[in-house]
Amino acid sequence: MAPKLPPHNPLQHSSTAVAGGQSHEGHAHHTPPKGLLRWLLTTNHKEIGSLYLIFSLTMFFVGGIFALVVRAELFQPGLQLVEPEFFNQMTTMHGLIMVFAAVMPAFTGLANWMIPLQIGAPDMALPRLNNFSFWLLPVAFALLLSTLLMPGGGPNFGWTFYAPLSTTYAPASTTFFILALHIAGISSILGAINIIATILNMRAPGMRMMDMPLFVWTWLITAFLLIAVMPVLAGVITMMLMDINFGTSFFDAAGGGDPVLFQHLFWFFGHPEVYIMILPAFGIVSAIIPTFARKPLFGYASMVYATAAIALLSFLVWAHHMFIVGLPLTAELFFMYSTMLIAVPTGVKVFNWVTTLFRGSISFEPPMLFALAFVVLFTIGGFSGLMLAIAPADFQYHDTYFVVAHFHYVLVPGAIFAIMAGVYYWLPKWTGHYPNERLAQCHFWCSIIGVNLTFFPMHFAGLAGMPRRIPDYALQFADFNLLSSIGAFFFGASQLLFVLVIVLCVRGGQKAPAKAWEGAVDLEWSVPSPAPLHTFETPPVFHRAQTHE
Amino acid sequence: MGIDRAQRDGVNKTVIRSVAALLGMFAFAFALVPLYDVFCKVTGLNGKVDTTAQAIVHEEVDQTRFVTVQFITRGSAGLPWQMSVATRQMRVHPGQTAEVDFTFTNNSAIESWGRAVPSVSPSSATTHLRKVSCFCFQEQQLQGEERLTIPLVFQLAKDLPEEINTITLVYTLYPVQRTPLQTAYNNHLAGDNT
Repeated sequence: MAPKLPPHNPLQHSSTAVAGGQSHEGHAHHTPPKGLLRWLLTTNHKEIGSLYLIFSLTMFFVGGIFALVVRAELFQPGLQLVEPEFFNQMTTMHGLIMVFAAVMPAFTGLANWMIPLQIGAPDMALPRLNNFSFWLLPVAFALLLSTLLMPGGGPNFGWTFYAPLSTTYAPASTTFFILALHIAGISSILGAINIIATILNMRAPGMRMMDMPLFVWTWLITAFLLIAVMPVLAGVITMMLMDINFGTSFFDAAGGGDPVLFQHLFWFFGHPEVYIMILPAFGIVSAIIPTFARKPLFGYASMVYATAAIALLSFLVWAHHMFIVGLPLTAELFFMYSTMLIAVPTGVKVFNWVTTLFRGSISFEPPMLFALAFVVLFTIGGFSGLMLAIAPADFQYHDTYFVVAHFHYVLVPGAIFAIMAGVYYWLPKWTGHYPNERLAQCHFWCSIIGVNLTFFPMHFAGLAGMPRRIPDYALQFADFNLLSSIGAFFFGASQLLFVLVIVLCVRGGQKAPAKAWEGAVDLEWSVPSPAPLHTFETPPVFHRAQTHE
Repeated sequence: MGIDRAQRDGVNKTVIRSVAALLGMFAFAFALVPLYDVFCKVTGLNGKVDTTAQAIVHEEVDQTRFVTVQFITRGSAGLPWQMSVATRQMRVHPGQTAEVDFTFTNNSAIESWGRAVPSVSPSSATTHLRKVSCFCFQEQQLQGEERLTIPLVFQLAKDLPEEINTITLVYTLYPVQRTPLQTAYNNHLAGDNT
């Protein structure tokens, strides 16, 4: 690791070729490299944050198009548009892209942008590593998407890639899928190390851990989860790689392995993974609701402890995804109760948000609308999760559209609405302009109608027994699927508004002051809007009174 | 840039600890494989049974209860064998020794190796099923068109939990890839034993 001390003679670095990614290290700000090289070599947390967010938005549309292929096929019963084999590839790729290339990089992008600003640090602790972890992502997902063009097609075994479907019976391209996932995993691990190092070591003088904004807290806990479980994912896919290519039998019963072991290992990673996708969302919502209710967050400390409790419990609930594999009764009961226990810290959070709103002076700007929708719709997703946690009932719900409805409620109006809320909240800080209010409102109302029209009928289809991941269905599910498909296309199209709002906001709009929202308190609002490339080069003075007391 | 020596040291320490945790978790994922096997063997979860012969325990036969033992046989892709069982189900008393014949038929003209892998359901019965002699303990060789009948001798332990009244034994056939060297070695071992 190269020391990041100011160069002795800044002039040495003034030529474009030499300056490269180091151009921001000196106090003297020289011109960064122009064009593509600037983005390829940047070590600035704001530029890397923007790269993450743009990448994530692009992948959101790629994954969205895959989802629309699925919804188009399911518009009416029978096989119309695509072959079942391709349908399977679309459901798989939709899941993989949305989880690993849209939601996770979006949160990492927000972390890159906002964590240094919120804790008063000049940059991330390891800026070059930061550049590397971003540029691994386009490589990983170019590789993953390229499998669709390979003979035999791309991954078709669902985003959970259960063995032996993903080993013995997998398409030839599976080795590329494994490699892509390895690269994406390394990227998130490096990102997580960087975030932990930044938060633990780079806070402004006087800022204690319990003074940190909740977005920083939730990301710190998320980063620990990433470090704990991404290596397990790496281990699982390495075992798959060896089963496929080197004749081992980790998951092959013929050689003494066990396919159920795959599910245990996968969900030991997979359940913390779903919290990785929601904890930073809690942080964003916990910043936005107090701002627009013009009241300090109710129960700051309990929010921190609740987040930590959710993270710890996430390691003890994995087998609730496997209630029907033939677990012994004791295990079913253990995982049922431990899963239900998670409702307690989650409930603490929801009640804290509601209490923050209580008697607040509330205004409904776009970030607040998305945050409020998050609280309501995420809670609906949480309730269907509680229904699924009931082991005997899960035998009926397992692998039906009820499960699809559940996790889309926690991920779309949950994680993705929180990301959009964060984008609307911080856009004035990033661009110096407020997003267009009317278009943003329109985006919100279209999204909320689209999301509910798409996913609410899935509850009913699932309870009536419609299985997931099947390109055809029985006639009695036709009406629900028709509604879902209309909703999906409406939701997809309304996301174009989101792009329009962002593009317009970057290009111009109503000028935003440093403190863009009246009730905002955290450190990022003390730097000008738009935030200059370099901020907090001398640490700010942190006043405790201004935040949570 | 406002990053000083103390911060740099702190960052280095954090990174080293994170990487250590990372490597630990990667190793843990692999350690889970043998741990899972041991766990399953001890508890009998996932229906994996002991693949070594056990001695018959002469205990009093519990005449008061009957347990139904069902047999299911399954073929596998890549092995042109058929496996059948003399009776689909039998009723035994706990403590009683029973025997049932399984027949393996090689439908192809070529000799091949295969193995029947057992699984017991419900898994809580696994540890109460003693196999005295079973073809599942070793790999089988069948000549082309050969037909072979091998008995399974088993005993249910007397302490079989009350609530279990049906036990299902599933045998799945899997092909075994044998190199000539392995075959020679196995023949050599077989020669030593006789």
